[in-house]
Amino acid sequence: MNPVTGEHRPRTIHVPVLARVEGEGEIDLRVRKGVLAEVKLRIPEPPRLFEAFLRGRSHLELPDLTARICGICPVAYQMSSARAAERAFGITVSEPVRQLRRLLYCGEWLESHALHVVMLHAPDFLGYPSGLHMAKDHPRPVLDGLELKKIGNELMTLIGGREIHPVSLKVGGFWRTPTTREVRSLAPRLERAGELALGLLRWVKEFHFPELERDYVFVSLRDETGYPLDAGRIVSNHGHSVDPMEWDRVFTEEHVRHSNALHAVLAGHGPYLTGPLARYALNSDRLTGPARDAAHEAGLGAVERNPFRSILVRAVEMVWAARGAVRRGHAGRGCRGRRDRGPTRSPVAPLRVRHRRSGEGGAHRAADGAELAHDRGGSPRLRRGASRTRRRDAARGMRADGAQSRPVHLVRDPLPALACHPRVRPR
Amino acid sequence: VTTRVIGVGNRDRGDDAAGPEVARRLAHRATRDLSAIECDGGLGPTFDAITGVGSVLVVDAMSSGAAPGTVRRFDAAAGPLPVAFAAHSTHGFGVAEAVELARVLGRLPDRIEVIGIEGACWDAGAPLSPPVEAAIARVVDELAGG
Repeated sequence: MNPVTGEHRPRTIHVPVLARVEGEGEIDLRVRKGVLAEVKLRIPEPPRLFEAFLRGRSHLELPDLTARICGICPVAYQMSSARAAERAFGITVSEPVRQLRRLLYCGEWLESHALHVVMLHAPDFLGYPSGLHMAKDHPRPVLDGLELKKIGNELMTLIGGREIHPVSLKVGGFWRTPTTREVRSLAPRLERAGELALGLLRWVKEFHFPELERDYVFVSLRDETGYPLDAGRIVSNHGHSVDPMEWDRVFTEEHVRHSNALHAVLAGHGPYLTGPLARYALNSDRLTGPARDAAHEAGLGAVERNPFRSILVRAVEMVWAARGAVRRGHAGRGCRGRRDRGPTRSPVAPLRVRHRRSGEGGAHRAADGAELAHDRGGSPRLRRGASRTRRRDAARGMRADGAQSRPVHLVRDPLPALACHPRVRPR
Repeated sequence: VTTRVIGVGNRDRGDDAAGPEVARRLAHRATRDLSAIECDGGLGPTFDAITGVGSVLVVDAMSSGAAPGTVRRFDAAAGPLPVAFAAHSTHGFGVAEAVELARVLGRLPDRIEVIGIEGACWDAGAPLSPPVEAAIARVVDELAGG
């Protein structure tokens, strides 16, 4: 407010760089009369046009090429691509292959969640500009997080052939499967991962969580059994339960001028939320054993609506992934199989990859379906969080950068990566 | 004391392959007091590579504005590395970040030096440029001979 005229002049707060998120992002906040009026999350990186260059490629190349969309969740892309091709060919993979894929997935979840919880997200709660600064005062959790990430890497390397952008998975099964002895040899490491995950959960549950709840439209996968990972139907807390093939019937994607990421809306509901809060809200009844105990210890109910507490859900999911991997590791055996179908679940959100088969089995049309739109469409969420912060900060006479930090924190809540979002709507 | 040579970089990005290429050639000539590994970056793998041993030599391509093929040596145990060794994008972490993390966590080796080879071309799929190729040969000879 102008102290002389008493006029409120619209004010724009521009956050030019989002730190501690993979990829590039910007936020613009417009404030009128002391209230946040508009939020724009910009993802300026250009689309990489996977849809175009995958055309004409053999189905055998698709999973490895599609995996390149993201370095944090390559397995999700790879798996979704393989399953899309398998669906096109009417292939169902054997149960041992599916279990081995789920084990590979656990490796990715451990990698991604450990990085996100400790190095990207925790500094927001403890007031440090980076994980590096935080490490000085909190060396133990940082070392534990690095070790947990390393175990995730080991799991990825054993099953996927390397720790990032694994190469072992193929349409119908695996190019190479580890031996039974190799899988079982990892069991002590996976036990260790479970301990580390539980330790990190106990660390993050002591954080101070700002009060903020929102009546979200949650969207997640839900499988026939278990916590969602590699298959299932797309469900919401508004009664949706649709086959992934029916995606276009209930979701619409739009280009917006300010960002290269498509914005997706759920028919009749508008923006919706995916990520840990949604996954947990729609599947918390599926957690059993140590993971359920961990959720209870973290103070999580059946549904959690505070975006800041997504870090707790992620920590519980680390326990779940580690324990699930232990189970699969003990049961693990080398396998040779062929078959399966559908979308899969990245540590961030459900992923949809669409491949259309041509006569020769090449990809006629391929959409790199980073269906991560949900939270880009979630500006109201940012708006409300920022608005509260803004009022409180105004009361405290804080500087503008104080008002910046909360919305940036909210962007980091649901996702560790931005660069995989930009894409064009396929025609 | 065995010295671990770590060649950091991406083999598919032109002169960024300098580090891994030095490590690959040294691996053939490794002796009892010298081991060589390749590392394609990332905070965790780089952190693991530089910790857990007493003596480390990191070889990495750098972009400092010097003439391509220029070789410089830095004592990372003495203080932070120049910005030329930091990650050049928001997509990852560089050697500088891994070194600083090891430093604050008290995991930095007693001896850690970084050898920087100034690159000229970072294009995807590009071969090593001639000055960098020559610099790699010099560095390998020096490390294997020394």
